[in-house]
Amino acid sequence: MAFNQELEALTKAFSGHGVDEKSLVTILGKWDPLERESFRKNTPHSFIEDHERHFQRWDDHYVRLLKHEFVRFKNAVVLWTMHPWERDARLVKEALKKGPSAYGVLVEVACTRSSEELLGARKAYHSLFDHSIEEDVASHIHGIERKLLVALVSAYRYEGTKVKDETAKSEAKILSNAIKNVHKKPINEDDEVIRILATRSNKHLRAVYKHYKEIAGKNLDEDLDDLRFKETVQCLCTPQIYFSKVLNAALRIDVDKNTKKSLTRVIVTRADIDIKDIKTEYHNLYGVSLPQNIEEVARGNYKDFLLNLIARG
Amino acid sequence: MSTLKVPQSVPSVADDCEQLRKAFAGWGTNEGLIISILAHRNNAQRKLIRETYAQTHGEDLLKALEKELTSDFERLVRLWTLDSTERDATLAHEATQKWTASNKVLVEIACTRSSVQLFSARKAYHALYMKSLEEDVAQHTTGDFRKLLLPLVSSYRYEGDEVNLTLAKTEAKLLHDKITKKAYNDDDLIRIFATRSRAQINATLNHYKDEFGKDINKDLKTDPKDEFLALIRATVKCLIHPEKYFEKVLRLAINGRGTDEGSLTRVVATRAEVDLKIIADEYQRRNSVPLERAVVKDTTGDYEKMLVALLGHE
Repeated sequence: MAFNQELEALTKAFSGHGVDEKSLVTILGKWDPLERESFRKNTPHSFIEDHERHFQRWDDHYVRLLKHEFVRFKNAVVLWTMHPWERDARLVKEALKKGPSAYGVLVEVACTRSSEELLGARKAYHSLFDHSIEEDVASHIHGIERKLLVALVSAYRYEGTKVKDETAKSEAKILSNAIKNVHKKPINEDDEVIRILATRSNKHLRAVYKHYKEIAGKNLDEDLDDLRFKETVQCLCTPQIYFSKVLNAALRIDVDKNTKKSLTRVIVTRADIDIKDIKTEYHNLYGVSLPQNIEEVARGNYKDFLLNLIARG
Repeated sequence: MSTLKVPQSVPSVADDCEQLRKAFAGWGTNEGLIISILAHRNNAQRKLIRETYAQTHGEDLLKALEKELTSDFERLVRLWTLDSTERDATLAHEATQKWTASNKVLVEIACTRSSVQLFSARKAYHALYMKSLEEDVAQHTTGDFRKLLLPLVSSYRYEGDEVNLTLAKTEAKLLHDKITKKAYNDDDLIRIFATRSRAQINATLNHYKDEFGKDINKDLKTDPKDEFLALIRATVKCLIHPEKYFEKVLRLAINGRGTDEGSLTRVVATRAEVDLKIIADEYQRRNSVPLERAVVKDTTGDYEKMLVALLGHE
């Protein structure tokens, strides 16, 4: 390989999700001091030229980011090997620590797991953190989101097939009225809306979703402006669409690190559940296959690991 | 401590079923025989009897009891025979269907059962009623009551002894502030009682007493007619001093004119295998009369006999 090609390959190895360990080993590993200096001079966003003292130093910020990329594979492995209950408990704890921007993860865990899986997460949370999930969610969140989020993590939804269609219809009406009156009463203060979303069974909510469309002409989540309520409805009623959207957002270049982490989280947590359906939905929505997108944007062991997880079963 | 007396050598399940069948046979019912068996079997034994009876005679034992027995005696025997998680689910369901502001059963179940027991009751609720408990509580209760009851029945409290004393201080102060401002339905006040572990709440209330001089329930008694306040006081009592809570329920049910059979039945049936002995001791301490004697004075017939048997006397 000519040096310019090697330069290009190495720059690519460091960009995207994860790092291309193989290229780093074979190319970087054989370069002499002059070649490495050429690399430093030709990648200005990673190195800062000190003109006064005539040397190039690593950009500190970039090195910190790089650390995350090296560790992305390790994190995926650790998360994958974890018992799903510990996984969910730790995801919740981490989201609480990160703050409001990460609360979508709370909605995700509470609304896309089965009742028994969520109970398992609550048990694991006791064991890991000496507190109950609802305790921590309630005491860490002070804003308007608290009501909805505490109710969601406390749910133990009925999972049978029995649905009272009359009730679903009337509850769709309640939601429609609440949404129309949102300027008088914000949706996160509406106890009835929260009651319906946080206590009803999945099957019941899907019936409500259907009736809502018939009444209002649009999908329930489209008519909800509050992000958490929107996510709640999507997770409960159309989870594969929700996950496809999260994945698509994560697979862009130059996303913030929280969004980037959701790639690992979604693939690891859904690989045993519904990754096949998510792949199909992803293709429907974006006209591109999920594995292909991952191939373009992820690197090295991390990439191979993710593709493997998706290809199973 | 339980008051249940199970014989040293228990007859086989098949024998028990046969005897029960005999008790139902022909005209009339042999109530004494029923009491002598069912009132002396524990949860696991009763469950086995119920299963075997259904297999052998093609009928649910509970249905047979319902057919053959009447009134307060029937309700007591039926509630008692139920497995404890189904019993809790049944009581909770009744409470939501006939809910009134003075109904404390939901608080009782949510706060005196362990986290695991409460969750088992929620699971049994799914199977019995094809809904979740929280769905029904949310639908049938309103306002401040719903605000308190929903998180209580949804809780899965940490059950360890670890306590954060700094947090206890902060939360005691918070409670005092809210109570002083009469903000009894405050989000944080409810949050503390609905989510903190028993050990943590205990530490908080101890600190409350040390710092502010009174028991929190004394401060929560500003308006004796306020039913929401009564519910919060019941919550606190159930969490920290369940035996005192149950003693009071019994006292109000038995003492004075008339008898509240519903409450008497419920407390005896739900606590006989748990802590009825402690509750009975508390009753005697508080009323200077043994519980068993007060029950005998206030009830009659087979109902009285069954109660006395579950109290461990006979």
